[in-house]
Amino acid sequence: MSESGDTGSVARDVSQEVGRHPDSDLSASEQLVDPVFLGELRSQMVKFARLQLRDDDQAEDAVQEALAGALKNVGSFARQSALKTWVFSILKFKIADVLRYRQRVISSSELGDEEQREQVFMDALFNSNGHWHRAERPTSWSGPQGAVQSEHFWRVFDACLNGLPEKQARVFMMREFIELESEEICEQLALTTSNLHVILYRARLRLRECLENSWFETASAKSGKEVQS
Amino acid sequence: MMNCKQATRLLSDQLERPLGRGEKLSLKFHLMMCRACRNFGGQMGTLRSLSRDYAKTTGKTDKAETSKDTESSRGHEDS
Repeated sequence: MSESGDTGSVARDVSQEVGRHPDSDLSASEQLVDPVFLGELRSQMVKFARLQLRDDDQAEDAVQEALAGALKNVGSFARQSALKTWVFSILKFKIADVLRYRQRVISSSELGDEEQREQVFMDALFNSNGHWHRAERPTSWSGPQGAVQSEHFWRVFDACLNGLPEKQARVFMMREFIELESEEICEQLALTTSNLHVILYRARLRLRECLENSWFETASAKSGKEVQS
Repeated sequence: MMNCKQATRLLSDQLERPLGRGEKLSLKFHLMMCRACRNFGGQMGTLRSLSRDYAKTTGKTDKAETSKDTESSRGHEDS
């Protein structure tokens, strides 16, 4: 409780400071930031924060604070990509704060559990020789691809993302949504390169499994029926 | 001989790093014989492009949610 009060006052401090200096660097530097770019950046950040915090209000707060903090210094960023990296590194710390606080409240899952969970998942996909179980063999996604951009598809995609373990979701988003380079992610999350690659591999295995089961398989079954009738 | 577990790991890794010559060769050989892993490889590319599209779709959903929020909060003030 006291923690959320603290972060709230930080946000207020920032906005007051911004308000007090309307003619400072901010107004000039604001012109450097394209509103379309800023809008896209913000929605990426919200998605990123929501996926990790699983709480819309806390996610919005974290994004607001990270953006306010970053925009104060926006003048020092010559490139949008540098700004993006900076903003997300601030956001990452905000999220880490919230998560650390939660972990103090709720006991966190042990590392051993995580490895066990992954082992169970791999055993469900591959047999003891490391080959696909017959029922798990990936199919071709080429058929119903055309209909993929529908609103319904994105809801399925959303659900699959939310089904990822938290760490996998975070790393996958940093890599594929925010398009950070591997080195940047390793640096920010203190991971080794091989750690990162394992996490991405596991996230991709899960995501494709979920998409295939809840979208592509049902879609191809449906189109099969249509062809028959 | 490379198995599917190893092949899928390389198919994910090749989005992150250039594969070594030996890795490329054993992967190629495995893929020639394994349709499931060929499909998996195709899905890796699809997953990457879908993710990039997904990141861009957020704007719309957010706007819809915000307008809903303002409506509900306005309703609250009225009552």
